[in-house]
Amino acid sequence: MPPSELLLDGNAIGGLLREIFAVEMTSASSTCGGCGAVHAIGRLDVYANAPGVVARCPACGQVLMRIVRGRGRVWLDLAGMRCLQIADPDT
Amino acid sequence: MLHVPGWPRHRAGQHVDVRLTSEDGYRAQRSYSIASAPEERRVALTVERLDDGEVSPYLTDEVTLGDRLELRGPIGGYFVWEANQASPPLLLVGGGSGVVPLMAMIRHRRASGSRVPARLLYSARSVDDVIYRQELERLAALGDGMTVYLTLTRAQPAGWRGFARRVDQEMLHEVAWPVQESPLTFVCGPTAFVEAAAGTLVELGYDAGSIRTERFGPTGR
Amino acid sequence: MAFVSRGFKGRRERAEDASRLPPGQHLVRDFPVLSAGPTPHTPLAEWSFTITGEVEPERRWTWEEFRRLPSQTVTRDIHCVTGWSRLDTSWTGVSVDVLMEGVETAAEYVLAFSDGGYTTNLPLEDLLDGRAWVAFAYGGEPLAPEHGGPARLLVPHLYLWKSAKWVRGLSLRLDDQPGFWESNGYHAYGDPWREQRYWGD
Repeated sequence: MPPSELLLDGNAIGGLLREIFAVEMTSASSTCGGCGAVHAIGRLDVYANAPGVVARCPACGQVLMRIVRGRGRVWLDLAGMRCLQIADPDT
Repeated sequence: MLHVPGWPRHRAGQHVDVRLTSEDGYRAQRSYSIASAPEERRVALTVERLDDGEVSPYLTDEVTLGDRLELRGPIGGYFVWEANQASPPLLLVGGGSGVVPLMAMIRHRRASGSRVPARLLYSARSVDDVIYRQELERLAALGDGMTVYLTLTRAQPAGWRGFARRVDQEMLHEVAWPVQESPLTFVCGPTAFVEAAAGTLVELGYDAGSIRTERFGPTGR
Repeated sequence: MAFVSRGFKGRRERAEDASRLPPGQHLVRDFPVLSAGPTPHTPLAEWSFTITGEVEPERRWTWEEFRRLPSQTVTRDIHCVTGWSRLDTSWTGVSVDVLMEGVETAAEYVLAFSDGGYTTNLPLEDLLDGRAWVAFAYGGEPLAPEHGGPARLLVPHLYLWKSAKWVRGLSLRLDDQPGFWESNGYHAYGDPWREQRYWGD
């Protein structure tokens, strides 16, 4: 089955993540809490055509990030990640 | 072509988010790859006009000199390339408008005087759909290590001697640097194109970690 | 004054009868596809619909059994929390009243669950009395996979995220368990006429 046209990647939410995290995030990497696979955020399977953004592990499909934005708030769920590695802004 | 006061130097491969707001507060947002090299002072965006699009017809038909646009960026740190002495050979694979961020990389390579060997494999429907065609021909003729391969998938002009089919394993094998040279690869375009090309390169033995991808949505992003 | 893009109008339709649009909604020409994950493709031979949880015994239908149930075609307006609405959409499906006929339960809440892991929660009473269906056709045609086919929940009086695509069953519950979006910022109930989009609305 060919991938959905709606399937993008973490590059597509680079601007959103930069606003939330205050650092460039597409080059950060996540460890999947389900299968342990490590991927750059830019490489995650992203569905952004939804009531919120959903980023999934390219290896096993587990939800790694959910982001909803509304009425002055951002709701962020990273529970699907075991770990998020970001370049230290202070270096 | 946008003049952005205080624009920080961007990196080749980065994009901007463009946000449009109507008088009654309705908003639409799209991402566009920056086509210009970081060495240029202005931000060049190449926009593909989609007939049934909500944003692209406005940007291509309505926006005129003097208008202001709301931008967020530059964005990206994964799908970026910087010319430096240590850069391995560069393989760029683009489908349709996916060539735009790759063009920024090619322009950056030229502007920085880099001699890193680079190859572009660019898939378009027909010769009329090839963006930057004359500029690519010029750059390929300079003899500074840049080679351009075109594949026209739907229609070819008379006497066409280039590729005339969708990117496949045989084509990638012919165009790509040998695996032992450990090239750095950037693949960009519609999701199906990117998945197929990146997957094929991995099958050919290229290290998945050396392949960076960026998927465009059906409406460009 | 917030930034305005000169001459930008967007691709919205004019509503002939604005009173049919809940606050903050606009009409669109097409039927947008929204998804939180890949489109599931469960073969019909493997498909089943189950009513489970606070019910004894469980109820289960195969596709053939489900399609033999009485169905109806209804015309309803649908409203997506992302802002778009479509009026007079035609759906064919089995009323949840039919599926729940004769079911005795102390449950007051439901967690609908779908292929791919999506869930959404609703009060049981919002699924009854002719307010909800398990729909298998849209506009007279079998429901396309990207719109939730072979069958989706349809609860038009609430925002469309409650109309779970690729629905496979209802879990009847004593307590209200937030679903996929409700646990991450979206309103537990979701009434478009009270603009209940997010927590605290």
